[in-house]
Amino acid sequence: MRTAQAFWRWLRPWLTTVDHKRIGILYLVSAAFFFAVGGVEAFLIRLQLMHPGSRLIVGDTYNGVVTLHGFNMILFAIMPLFLGFVNYVVPLQIGARDLAFPFLNALSFWLFLAGAVVFNWSIVAGQYPNDGWFAYAPLTLPAYTPGLGPDFYALGGQISGVGTLITGVNFVVTILNGRAPGMTLRRMPLFTWAALITSTMIVFAFPPLAADLFLLTFDRFLDANFFNVSLGGNVLIWQHLFWIFGHPEVYILILPAFGIVSEVVATFSRKSLFGYDSMVLALAAIAFLSFVVWSHHMFTAGMGPVVNGVFSVTTMMIAIPTGIKIFNWLATMWGGRIRFTTAMLYAVGFIPIFVLGGVTGVMVAMAPADYQYNMTYFVVAHFHYTMVGGSLFALLSAYHYWFPKIWGRMLDERLGKLSFWLVFTGFNVTFFPQHFLGLFGMPRRVYTYPDDWGLTTLNLVSTAGVFVLTAGFLVLLGNTVAALVRGERAPADPWDARTLEWSLPTPVPEYGFARIPLVTSRDAFWAMKKKASERETGSAPAPEEIHLPPPSALPFLIALGAASASFGLIYGKPWLGAPGAALVAFGLYRGMFGRAPGVVVRPAEEVRA
Amino acid sequence: MGRRHGRARRAAEAPAVALLALALSGCSVERPGSVLAPAGPAARMELDLLGLSLVVVGAISAAVLLVLLYIVVRFRARPGDASEGADNPGVTWLEVAWTAVPAGLLVLLAVPSLTDTFYLAKPVAGGMRVTVVGHQYWWEYRYDDLGLVTANELHVPAARPLDLRVTSADVMHEFWVPRLGGKVDAAPGRRNFLYLQSDGPGVFAGECTQLCGASHAHMLTTVYADTPSAFEAWRAELTKPFSPPPPGSAAARGMQIFAAKCASCHAIRGTAFKGATGPDLTALMLRKTIGAGTLELNRENLVRWVTDASVFKPGVLMPSGKGKLALTDAQIRDVVAFLETLR
Ligand code: HEC
Ligand SMILES: [Cu+2]
Repeated sequence: MRTAQAFWRWLRPWLTTVDHKRIGILYLVSAAFFFAVGGVEAFLIRLQLMHPGSRLIVGDTYNGVVTLHGFNMILFAIMPLFLGFVNYVVPLQIGARDLAFPFLNALSFWLFLAGAVVFNWSIVAGQYPNDGWFAYAPLTLPAYTPGLGPDFYALGGQISGVGTLITGVNFVVTILNGRAPGMTLRRMPLFTWAALITSTMIVFAFPPLAADLFLLTFDRFLDANFFNVSLGGNVLIWQHLFWIFGHPEVYILILPAFGIVSEVVATFSRKSLFGYDSMVLALAAIAFLSFVVWSHHMFTAGMGPVVNGVFSVTTMMIAIPTGIKIFNWLATMWGGRIRFTTAMLYAVGFIPIFVLGGVTGVMVAMAPADYQYNMTYFVVAHFHYTMVGGSLFALLSAYHYWFPKIWGRMLDERLGKLSFWLVFTGFNVTFFPQHFLGLFGMPRRVYTYPDDWGLTTLNLVSTAGVFVLTAGFLVLLGNTVAALVRGERAPADPWDARTLEWSLPTPVPEYGFARIPLVTSRDAFWAMKKKASERETGSAPAPEEIHLPPPSALPFLIALGAASASFGLIYGKPWLGAPGAALVAFGLYRGMFGRAPGVVVRPAEEVRA
Repeated sequence: MGRRHGRARRAAEAPAVALLALALSGCSVERPGSVLAPAGPAARMELDLLGLSLVVVGAISAAVLLVLLYIVVRFRARPGDASEGADNPGVTWLEVAWTAVPAGLLVLLAVPSLTDTFYLAKPVAGGMRVTVVGHQYWWEYRYDDLGLVTANELHVPAARPLDLRVTSADVMHEFWVPRLGGKVDAAPGRRNFLYLQSDGPGVFAGECTQLCGASHAHMLTTVYADTPSAFEAWRAELTKPFSPPPPGSAAARGMQIFAAKCASCHAIRGTAFKGATGPDLTALMLRKTIGAGTLELNRENLVRWVTDASVFKPGVLMPSGKGKLALTDAQIRDVVAFLETLR
């Protein structure tokens, strides 16, 4: 009884929180969980492919594991890991107390989690989607995929997509309107810029996904025949809508990485960023271009030479702003005093790997050459270089960089470096050979391959790499546990960093800044440290009381209702669906029109002094 | 295909191709699906683009990696050094340069890429038209000019351009014969053009590259580029009149079973068997494999296949002989005896 009460006292604030820091942590922890799920799936894939003809997971089971791996990693692991850091860090970087809409922020998180749970429930149900993460129609129609798999895919994707869309809106508004005095757009840290641009992309990219998933849902539940060719449907509609979402999506997964690398490289070179304006312009250019390249996923769809030509050229153009970013990072490090902490190792390791992923991107952008690469392991290698070597390395850099601020403890640097080298080596051993597998004729998503095609050795090497990679992640996990249990307490500014989040005490108080800082330049905290006097005179007077938005259980309940409505629909159980839908309606109504008094906090004397 | 390859471009590609050749020379393994061993003009054109892009991106990557290496060694903080790096907000000429140079290099890649895109988009004169239909887990080939239908093994006259029209009877597939050229989607409701051509006689492996269901991995195909006489002989075999097995033989019993149990799905030229859900079995015994490259064609494998094909291909759409079709072992042997007369 006692422990139950204590547990509830611990749990309740997490379920009802609207604090961006707690929500950031919720994102990070749940995304880490789905990362582990996706990781186990990856491991199974490589075990199956270790030798030709093995029968560990075959046919539809294998296709299911591939689908779960892709969708989990992209939508429920990498993207929410970024959202976690964005949630925690961005308001602090711009000197805001919280997001513009804290209630919606909580709703975003719980909807994301509900979507992820609905999607992964397919594993428990034993009927998982097995049509690939981009689920080309008409394979997803009941005629070809009976069972519930694509339903979990469509509804899970839909719910979490709404959550992500809301968070996109929230961050655009917050960053545009919530900045501290003096924090002009051109003084914003690069990570905040990346968050702003990524959020804008989310706002434009997720509606097409929602539309596409609706078409699929209608086709599956109501025989709407959007994709049924024999009744006048068209299967290319799915592909176009999917990639109008899907291509920006992969840049949604890389722009925050650019932001992180920019911060980390500058901090650990003890220099300000080289070419700030061009960095921002490059981000914006990449974001814009990412919306006009989607058809390069469809060069072999028979769209004709004009379309292929146009999309080929727009795709190649992305290389220019991407190159600018790489060169700017090099120029930032040039003449610096580089400290190779684990965070910096990941950021520096990111550069060559992302260069490789980028140049194979140029190679696949050449349409006729892509006729050969398309749907082979060459492409698999290419996007793992950008998404693992790119996005994930940046995330690991962010993890080691912000860990002290978020958890108040220091990670062990020796273990950190060990895990970096294992991850770096394992990653390359796993994925580099896959370029050649593709060139030697191995298609994606085959559960086995002929033993006389000369693919055997490279597949074995690739699988061997996964063991090293896994070891690296296990060391990272051990390091984390050790740090949380008996790690050294983190000082407020362990890295001698440059941006405002490091000006706050660790752990960061619930209200963030007791006194909203007054920003006078780029690298605001660095400038404050250099002119210590300005800090006294430069910030607004500390308020007696700080008003915070009230905690609310509604976001959690709305998401619960959405999940329950989905299950009702998928299983055809009105008693499960109707209450769920009612809960959503009630929650939204209360959230919009209900009134709740805010919370008042008095900052401790010493911070106000 | 010399027409579009300037000497300069060849020279530029030489190092990359040499590098690849070097990388491959170490291993004497035969690679029937290798893009790097083109056997026809389309595949060679595409490999040339690969070579060209490899030179360009290889040079850029190498430069970036060397500079990075230099920086990492040279600007490493010495222990105890608490000084700062000198801030440098930007250097205009440098930034212009590293925008303009890559742009220029991209033009170098874009131009041949575009011309090739347009070249590969239309049929070459004198081509042979074949309609390729993807089915859940096998390929149907319809020779529109010759009035022939076959499955999984495509015979074509060597060195003759192919004018393929690729489509699908069910879900998305994708048709690829790596050594002859790139791939194209097989989509229901669409007919996509693909140009392939071999340099000379040879046997070329192919496969489906678009996830199409449980047995996507078992959707291989083979292209036989035949000498003129071999192609003519093959065509003659396929078109010669059907000769029914002698009455009372096992094959004749098998033919009756076939009529009852198999003809709803399988067609045989010159008979009343017109099923269209499964592969056309005319001159079946000329094939080297069954099940889209899954099993070698021989008596034992035919028996195993008819007994239960799903052992070899998960989710296969051919019902199991022992199960759904309710055949006895003896009946299966008879049916196979009939299949063995198909040549
Ligand atoms: C319901 C339709 C159906 C029936 C009935 C059927 N088959 Fe099939 N058959 C197929 C399909 C579909 C394939 C292609 C399977 C694959 O390769 O994925 C096939 C493939 C074959 C092949 C291999 C052809 C090749 O070149 O790869 C043979 C031989 C064959 N069937 C024989 C038979 C015999 C004998 C019977 C009767 C006992 C029979 N089939 C009944 C649908 C059917
Ligand atoms: Cu297929």
